[in-house]
Amino acid sequence: MTEQIDKALAREYEAGFVSDVESETFEPGLDESVIQRISEMKGEPEWMLEWRLSAFREWLEMEEPDWALVDYPKIDFQAISYYSAPKSMKDKPKSLDEVDPELLRTYEKLGIPLIEQQMLAGIAVDAVFDSVSVVTTFRDKLEEAGVIFCPISEAIKKHPELVKKYLGSVVAKKDNYYAALNCAVFTDGSFVYIPKGTRCPMELSTYFRINEQNTGQFERTLIIADEGSHVSYLEGCTAPQRDENQLHAAVVELVAMDNAEIKYSTVQNWYPGDENGKGGIYNFVTKRGICHTSAKISWTQVETGSAVTWKYPSCILKGDNSVGEFYSVALTRGRQQADTGTKMIHIGKNTKSTIIAKGISAGKSNGSYRGLVRMNPGADGARNFTQCDSLLIGDQCGAHTFPYVESRNPSAIIEHEATTSKVSDEQMFLCRQRGLDPEKAVSMIVNGFCKEVFKELPMEFAVEAGKLLEISLEGSVG
Amino acid sequence: MSNTKSLLTIKDLHASVEEKQIIKGLDLDIKPGEVHAIMGPNGAGKSTLGYVLSGRDGYSVESGSVTLNGEDLLEMETEDRARAGLFLAFQYPVEIPGVSNLEFLKASVDAQREARGEDAISSADFLKEAKAACKQVNLPVAFLKRGVNEGFSGGEKKRNELMQMLLLKPKLCILDETDSGLDIDALQVVAEGVNSQRSADRSFIVVTHYQRLLDYIKPDFVHVLSDGKIVKSGDASLALELEAQGYAWLQKEPAEDELEG
Repeated sequence: MTEQIDKALAREYEAGFVSDVESETFEPGLDESVIQRISEMKGEPEWMLEWRLSAFREWLEMEEPDWALVDYPKIDFQAISYYSAPKSMKDKPKSLDEVDPELLRTYEKLGIPLIEQQMLAGIAVDAVFDSVSVVTTFRDKLEEAGVIFCPISEAIKKHPELVKKYLGSVVAKKDNYYAALNCAVFTDGSFVYIPKGTRCPMELSTYFRINEQNTGQFERTLIIADEGSHVSYLEGCTAPQRDENQLHAAVVELVAMDNAEIKYSTVQNWYPGDENGKGGIYNFVTKRGICHTSAKISWTQVETGSAVTWKYPSCILKGDNSVGEFYSVALTRGRQQADTGTKMIHIGKNTKSTIIAKGISAGKSNGSYRGLVRMNPGADGARNFTQCDSLLIGDQCGAHTFPYVESRNPSAIIEHEATTSKVSDEQMFLCRQRGLDPEKAVSMIVNGFCKEVFKELPMEFAVEAGKLLEISLEGSVG
Repeated sequence: MSNTKSLLTIKDLHASVEEKQIIKGLDLDIKPGEVHAIMGPNGAGKSTLGYVLSGRDGYSVESGSVTLNGEDLLEMETEDRARAGLFLAFQYPVEIPGVSNLEFLKASVDAQREARGEDAISSADFLKEAKAACKQVNLPVAFLKRGVNEGFSGGEKKRNELMQMLLLKPKLCILDETDSGLDIDALQVVAEGVNSQRSADRSFIVVTHYQRLLDYIKPDFVHVLSDGKIVKSGDASLALELEAQGYAWLQKEPAEDELEG
């Protein structure tokens, strides 16, 4: 039975192709001159360069963390190239017609057509290729609503007051090792500002693609939802199949002002490496949001890729009555390792958080949930509910749960539920006895296990998650 | 032998589980439309026979042959046997949390249709059929939305099995102790469902320990399975005889192939 399941899971990585694009790539290595060159390439103002350099100096003093339940060889930060961009992007194409067709084809192959007429209506896309944003669609339409959606490199120049105020305000420069590195060398990512009282008219989405060899991708995303506004943002990512490991160290900051709501969804499908653990992306990511009074931030993630994942999308519930949510599916197979979870920091009164984490481990992989729920002394009446479920497939994988709970307020209520189950022989036999092949049976059982999380994904994204884990017939009973 | 072509032919079947031989030379011939009851004491191999025929992992055939509609059943994968028309109603149906009954059933029906070269059934048509099937087995339509067997009572699980049978329209249905754990009302519902499905091109193997079920589902033949072999065959009256006398008197008799009709 295990054999059949392994076969079912060992499907090909469809996004593993390499695009034939001529790129301008920095020599590997990292020092202050490299940071100066990145800043120069981006045409940044002086304050930005200073900010980067101060982060770099902090980083040099820091130690790589080793507390996560992941095991990988020490990264040689001097062997990585910190900037790579298609040459055709140098002239800054002004419209889609001027963009290298090979780049457009790359996204089309990934199922993300960038020609507006072909796109799914209702989703604006920022396409980031290695270190640059290739194109951002539907900008005019968004501008009409006062929404700013552009590459962060552009926001630094056009909206410096917003960037200065909020960049690093949620994740401090020296928050952690990879965040500090990101501050020093980040290249592109998305910037979003939703004005007061505005409901963003479209889903916003950024699609990250690593193409060039031996480069790291350091994305930086900043989303600000002003008072009473609402935005749903989606993020996807893929990379070619290569034998070498590549580093992706992102920082995402969310700011939800009073009564604002941000829904942030991720379908992470970085190349996971082969079945023996060769190659794959190291995904070391810091994602955090701050909620002001009565604001809400909801993180939903479907993590299927990467060789090693280290990621804890978190909420700081600063304002009274604010709400944080974390819905996660993390699938590991082959030799993948994932240590992921969340932090919910309750500061304000009557703050509420919900954590639903589903881990699926197959092959020789290891999946860990690591989560912190902290109730500060002022968090009167705060509540948390946590549910962690692990599904084991086969007998060579591991599932681990590390819940940390700190309550300094006696009126706070914290609930934690955890289960571990296996895809059983009986379930497989029932499915096959009804005519389903083993592949379909596994994906159906796994999808059923993940249902609570999938229903949180925006419709358009559920399609992509579905392609990864194959979803079908949902909600058709009237 | 009559001229009608057999649906299922089992010849000198030997099969084991975890290296322990359970089926020890079993012969059975079933023609389209026939209902065969297989009775016998606990541990006789009744459930094993159902698992061996449907190709459950861990159940290995050592010798003998089984054909379904003239095709070598033992050569087929589990799912291909199902697609060829073999259906097993489980004694203890397993739960699949989060997978709705409807989703599961439609995927099953579609997989079988695909194998026959037919297009997938439209969601609207399927929903209509599924609702009708619910009604027939006396399950509320809301059960279609619930996870497969998730939190169902014993009786609901059995009726759910029957609903699957109604939708999959198999050629050979093996009911594995479908009566176990059912109260008399539920037993009647299940029996009526089975009887409604009796037709000239559908056969049944009704595995049961008790005669009770056979009051409602009238078998054409009754076989007694003991120690992996059929030791006695007869018509419906044999079941009554067993009810009166128990199984002990049969276990001492020699089990020869000629006993099989």
